[in-house]
Amino acid sequence: MFDTNELVINMGPQHPSTHGVLRVVLRLDGEKVVDAEVVIGYLHRGIEKLSENRNWTQIILLTDRMDYVAAATNNVGYCETVEKLMQIEVPRRARYVRTILCELQRIASHCLWVGTHAMDIGAMTVFLYAFRERELILDLFEEFCGARLTYNSMRIGGLPLDLPPGWDKKVLAFCDIMDSKIDEYETLLTHNRIWLERTKGVGVISGAEATALGMCGPALRGSGVARDVRKDEPYAAYDEMDFDIPVGTAGDTYDRYLVRMEEFRQSLRIIRQATQGLPEGPIVGKVPRLIKPAAGETYHAIESPKGELGYFIVSDGKSTNPYRFRVRPPSFCNLQALPRLVKGHLVADVVALIGSIDIVLGEVDR
Amino acid sequence: MAEAPEHAPKAAVPTGPVEPAPPADAVVPAFITSLQKGVAGSVAQLSLYLGDWTVIVPVSQLLQAMEHLRRAPECVFDYLSDLTATDWPPRPEGRFDVIYMLYSTRLRHRVRVKVKIAEDQPLPSVTGIWPAANWFEREVFDMFGVNFTGHPDRRRILMPEDWQGYPQRKDYPLEGPGELLMESPLDWLKLRQAREEADIE
Repeated sequence: MFDTNELVINMGPQHPSTHGVLRVVLRLDGEKVVDAEVVIGYLHRGIEKLSENRNWTQIILLTDRMDYVAAATNNVGYCETVEKLMQIEVPRRARYVRTILCELQRIASHCLWVGTHAMDIGAMTVFLYAFRERELILDLFEEFCGARLTYNSMRIGGLPLDLPPGWDKKVLAFCDIMDSKIDEYETLLTHNRIWLERTKGVGVISGAEATALGMCGPALRGSGVARDVRKDEPYAAYDEMDFDIPVGTAGDTYDRYLVRMEEFRQSLRIIRQATQGLPEGPIVGKVPRLIKPAAGETYHAIESPKGELGYFIVSDGKSTNPYRFRVRPPSFCNLQALPRLVKGHLVADVVALIGSIDIVLGEVDR
Repeated sequence: MAEAPEHAPKAAVPTGPVEPAPPADAVVPAFITSLQKGVAGSVAQLSLYLGDWTVIVPVSQLLQAMEHLRRAPECVFDYLSDLTATDWPPRPEGRFDVIYMLYSTRLRHRVRVKVKIAEDQPLPSVTGIWPAANWFEREVFDMFGVNFTGHPDRRRILMPEDWQGYPQRKDYPLEGPGELLMESPLDWLKLRQAREEADIE
């Protein structure tokens, strides 16, 4: 007679929809996932160890290589932590520009997410649309700092250089373009029958469970927990901005999708406010020539597109490099919840769920 | 830039983190007084630096104190933001600091909890209180070799499973095994040490 044997299959590390070098070992009963084990570390470059042997300014460049689709956010997080450690006051103009860059970066990262996530599920068009708009943001970044992916766009105490003339007008023009494009993505997906079938009720997790598992960012907000570092522990110029935190109700893949779509609009709102109210003034605070924070330690978190990105830095006050450099990567914490999310779903849903927690392996493995 | 050249003699190895006591006029937050009252002897030392409160807890009281911080109505630290370790090899009272960054999504406050442990001293796992600790503790084990007891899945996480040594320790060389990896993939740390000793002789 027929016997149901459990089947173990390997997904990744070279699999197109694992978004990098992620390996998931799935135990299947037919097409149902009984259990999943996530294997990471394929992209481990020892950024923490390396940073402990580089001086404080050299580390900015290393932070680019963690979440490489949101490099500017990583730079801001690191620079702010060092500024907190050295008690440097950052000029208001620099804080505003940081806010603009962070939000542009959030849109770029979400564009990449919506494109790849939709393509994983089978909607090819969205990918092409989203990358078209991401390109516009990369052009803005290129004009600001000369790079398109790993920006190295921050300095401890402020900005490396002032905005190019007319840049703010281009940003506002981009906002106008983007407004209609978000509606375009939504026309393709939000009420699409196939999309609804593939995402509704997939990977449901309650707010309490998501919090306990350490999930963060849109993945946590999709479960109805209004946790956002921008509101709870404001940094840069977020305390002067007016914006809402979208939260979901069901905690499934569809709600996580809706939360990110709304974040597009909120980001545009912040960019408009910050660009229109951009103050004049210096772009760098009072920074000593030799950066050498006094002995002490601190933890500082910012809201990266993926969630809470925290830096814990210990300075011994004697050497020109940090004694301990620790990154709290949001993707790492979201990925940890994957086995819990995929349990009981079909193999095809695993792909949808990996997309829905929006991970970048460079950050998971560091 | 007036930076020390690479071959300059290294500054003396620090023997521990700086943990300044809070100034006399600082108002101790309710979650700390609640912990002091709820679990006797759980606050060995208190520190306030740049607005961050740090509570240093003895290992024997760790689980009780954490349980209190998670459940008590003044605390409700329901979110384990981060868990990591620091290495202070020459420190007499124990080599490692294991640090827990806690946050409360309900009351929106933060605290840092620290325990000091010796190299081979086991530390109870907090996975029972915050499931998020699972991977964090695996990483601390992987990078520092801290021995967590009661952990459901204590394996290396980022490094390969047969890796020798603990990369984030201060005495681990930055360049790793280098050529020795090709020569002897299993015991390169021992081999390296033997060669260095031979060099000294």
